[in-house]
Amino acid sequence: MRVGFLMLCHDGLDRAAQVAGYWADRGCPVVIHVDRRVSREAYDTLVAALEGRHNIRFSERFRCEWGRWSLVAATLAAARVMIDEFPTASHVFLASGSCLPLRHISQLRAYLAERPGVNFIESVTTEDVPWTKGGLDHERFALRFPFSWKRQRKLFDLSVRLQRRLGYRRRIPKGLVPHMGSQWWCLTRGTLQAILDHPRRAEFDRFFKGVWIPDESYFQSLVRLCTDRVESRSLTLAKFDYQGKPHIFYDDHLQLLRRSDCFVARKIWPRADRLYATFLSDRTATESRAEPNPGKIDRIFSKAIERRTRGRAGLYMTGRFPRVQTDAGRTCARYVVFEGFGDLFEDFPAWAARTTGLRAHGHLFGPERAEFADGQSVFSGALSDSATLRDYNAVAFLTNLIWNTRGERQSFLYGPRDTVAAGDFFPYDLNADVFAITGAWAIPLYLSGRPVIEIRKQAAELQRIEGKHLDHLRSRWAKARVHVWTLADFIESPVEPLQTMIDEIGNKAGLRLTEAPRMRDLTGFGQFLQDLRNEGMQPWLVGDLRTGDSAPDRPARPKPYAVR
Amino acid sequence: MIRGGGSPGADPAAPSPPPDLRTAYRLRWRRRRLLARAIAKRRQIVPVVDRTRTIAPDAILCFLCVRNEAQRLPWFLRHTRALGVAHFLAVDNDSTDGTAELLAGADDVSLWRTGASYRLSRFGLDWLTWLMIRHGHGHWCLTLDADELLVYPNWPTRPLQALTEWLDASGREMMGALMLDLYPRGPVGDAPYAAGDDPTDILHWFDAGNHMIRRQAPMGNLWVQGGPRARAFFAAEPRRAPTLQKVPLVKWNRRYVYVNSTHAALPRRLNAIYDETGGEEVTGLLLHTKFLDQIVEKSQEELMRGQHFANSALYTEYYRRIIENPTLWTPRSTRLRGWRHLEALGLMSRGGWI
Repeated sequence: MRVGFLMLCHDGLDRAAQVAGYWADRGCPVVIHVDRRVSREAYDTLVAALEGRHNIRFSERFRCEWGRWSLVAATLAAARVMIDEFPTASHVFLASGSCLPLRHISQLRAYLAERPGVNFIESVTTEDVPWTKGGLDHERFALRFPFSWKRQRKLFDLSVRLQRRLGYRRRIPKGLVPHMGSQWWCLTRGTLQAILDHPRRAEFDRFFKGVWIPDESYFQSLVRLCTDRVESRSLTLAKFDYQGKPHIFYDDHLQLLRRSDCFVARKIWPRADRLYATFLSDRTATESRAEPNPGKIDRIFSKAIERRTRGRAGLYMTGRFPRVQTDAGRTCARYVVFEGFGDLFEDFPAWAARTTGLRAHGHLFGPERAEFADGQSVFSGALSDSATLRDYNAVAFLTNLIWNTRGERQSFLYGPRDTVAAGDFFPYDLNADVFAITGAWAIPLYLSGRPVIEIRKQAAELQRIEGKHLDHLRSRWAKARVHVWTLADFIESPVEPLQTMIDEIGNKAGLRLTEAPRMRDLTGFGQFLQDLRNEGMQPWLVGDLRTGDSAPDRPARPKPYAVR
Repeated sequence: MIRGGGSPGADPAAPSPPPDLRTAYRLRWRRRRLLARAIAKRRQIVPVVDRTRTIAPDAILCFLCVRNEAQRLPWFLRHTRALGVAHFLAVDNDSTDGTAELLAGADDVSLWRTGASYRLSRFGLDWLTWLMIRHGHGHWCLTLDADELLVYPNWPTRPLQALTEWLDASGREMMGALMLDLYPRGPVGDAPYAAGDDPTDILHWFDAGNHMIRRQAPMGNLWVQGGPRARAFFAAEPRRAPTLQKVPLVKWNRRYVYVNSTHAALPRRLNAIYDETGGEEVTGLLLHTKFLDQIVEKSQEELMRGQHFANSALYTEYYRRIIENPTLWTPRSTRLRGWRHLEALGLMSRGGWI
């Protein structure tokens, strides 16, 4: 049992030398391919660094370009050297200059010995590959790629589009089924030799020279013709980000790499001193038989991709400022808006906090100040209660508040006296539950005791603002869950709407309405509305409230609208 | 500003239009004008120590313009050096507290000196632009003030080279950062700070969640305001609150310019530090150590000098308030704990760099 390593190197040669030396010193033959773009001096330094080791060879140098045949040509040349010069190598492991062994070589030997004749190479048909970038999978084989993807992107895309339009299709050699998979494999000597000496190799090579990214498909396809003992997975841990470029491992990934139990990882940052020092020492217990399990750390990588592409919903920051407002994305958590409740009930926030467990603010967007819960002047995240500061960017104020209080559901009062910009925003937020009593703004006007003739104009203005706000709430683009009652309907039978509200909020399961909020004294309110009408202002948003008779100075009657 | 629903019928998902040709042309001339200005003023700065020949081709450079920063510089240099900056290119604007000697004595610093007006040179940017034309081309360049300490996700274990290589590989030319104003527990002038100490030992409080963001035409940059200064000094006139976003790290080209401090740059694409489609770009933080004990004294001096910002009169009141030695701390301030905490708070992001 002897594993030979092929190493494809193009930069960080000092690290490649370190790893090659590590393998060679532990009895593994190594064949190194160095990209021809690497300078002569750097190459000579590498050769000198590895001098004196009898089991290291250097193969013919090719100028390698990503996604091109040259990578396969380099691999084939190195494989040929390995087969010819190291007849004892029973397995050949393809690695790169930025690979790092994570487990002791004896563990890899034992692992392979337990599975004699098995080829570890990820090899999947094009129909089953979910991970190709750029939408090219089968087309990698069927089209021609005369332009460099890295250097001539526009021409590349143009030629692909043109061929698609023309319906151009290359003929795939008979009997060959295109497979793709990770570039990094471990084949048995027999299989590799069979590929190298395949009678139709010249034909295959000609075909693959025109394929895009053949290093991910050449061996992956040919192996299917040469053996039926394919274990379709790679022994090398290699992760890709959303752009399709390999993740780089740094010193802080040490524990993560350990947990993966993979034999080799790529790509390692050349200056990750701690990783190299740790994994290239012989400290590991040689008895570990753990199965390589990159899945253990997959979650971390998929979360990273999600962080990059979808971000944290409801967060606005220097790195994330979405223009497209996705349904879930305006704020980060659910919250409740009570409209009119503060006008109708005494100390409504305290009641809401008691009954529903919400963090209940007063009029967060009130004209004097942001009325944070419990009268605080600064709230989570050092949000100030200054009205000017808040109104400077009311939407940011709200999204900040919701973000800062993640994990604790917020509620606040809102009404037509408050900052309009906020009311233009939350109706379109999926996270908002809005409960609105229309026309309730009339109650404080009534309670102010000021003459109707003075109030009339203000009432009309508030009604106008609330009317516009209701248009938003009722817009067909509105995303919030909205309940609207007129003041008249609400005070007619307040218990039912209140119970609906508690059920909808659903902050605590199975809540029964045991304690109703205390309604303000509305004696004479009906008359007040009538007086408004008499002044020529129609409070239509209040609804059809029974006004009683219009006798001006009726003695105090029992409160007809109190909740019992 | 976040679009707030707007009128029903407006498409809330409309993408930002690219600048029309006229705007693009105007911005182009603006950039050229700023370049010309920097070249015209190149003689205002006189080399004191020029070690730029020692700059390696892949070195990360740091540009700064200082005045009387002898107190902050030792830690600033130590921190920034540890991140992996290979060479500092500094302009000293008439310091009287030994700043020049301190800088000239460090062998990874090249120093220029000037006595010209800070305000008239776009707050030092003209001088730095010239140095960047000369020495920054093709390098990753950090442009900082002496009271800014750059941090980014994983900074204690990954030097700047790791970041810039990754940015290169991702096809990105820059990284954005938020200026995070740090302040002490008590009145800002009361906690004594000695040069060389870690300022975050004293300044370990900040405002975690009161930043307000808008997008600005025509350069497409974000405009971030907020933090303790907006809260304590600009509550009455929030528009005038300091701008907090920066683009401090750029793979420089001699044709680039910073427009307004390092808050925005031209060409326009350098301002695209943020993702517009919901994802997160990698961003860092500039820990702002402005509120060390000297601030009170320095504000007095600034007030006398009248050199700061576009409208000095506008800031008079601001400096007056600082001279009164205010307390910025509130019971809702957040204590500085480390980059993971800062990232979890959403003040910076690792983006795709894990």
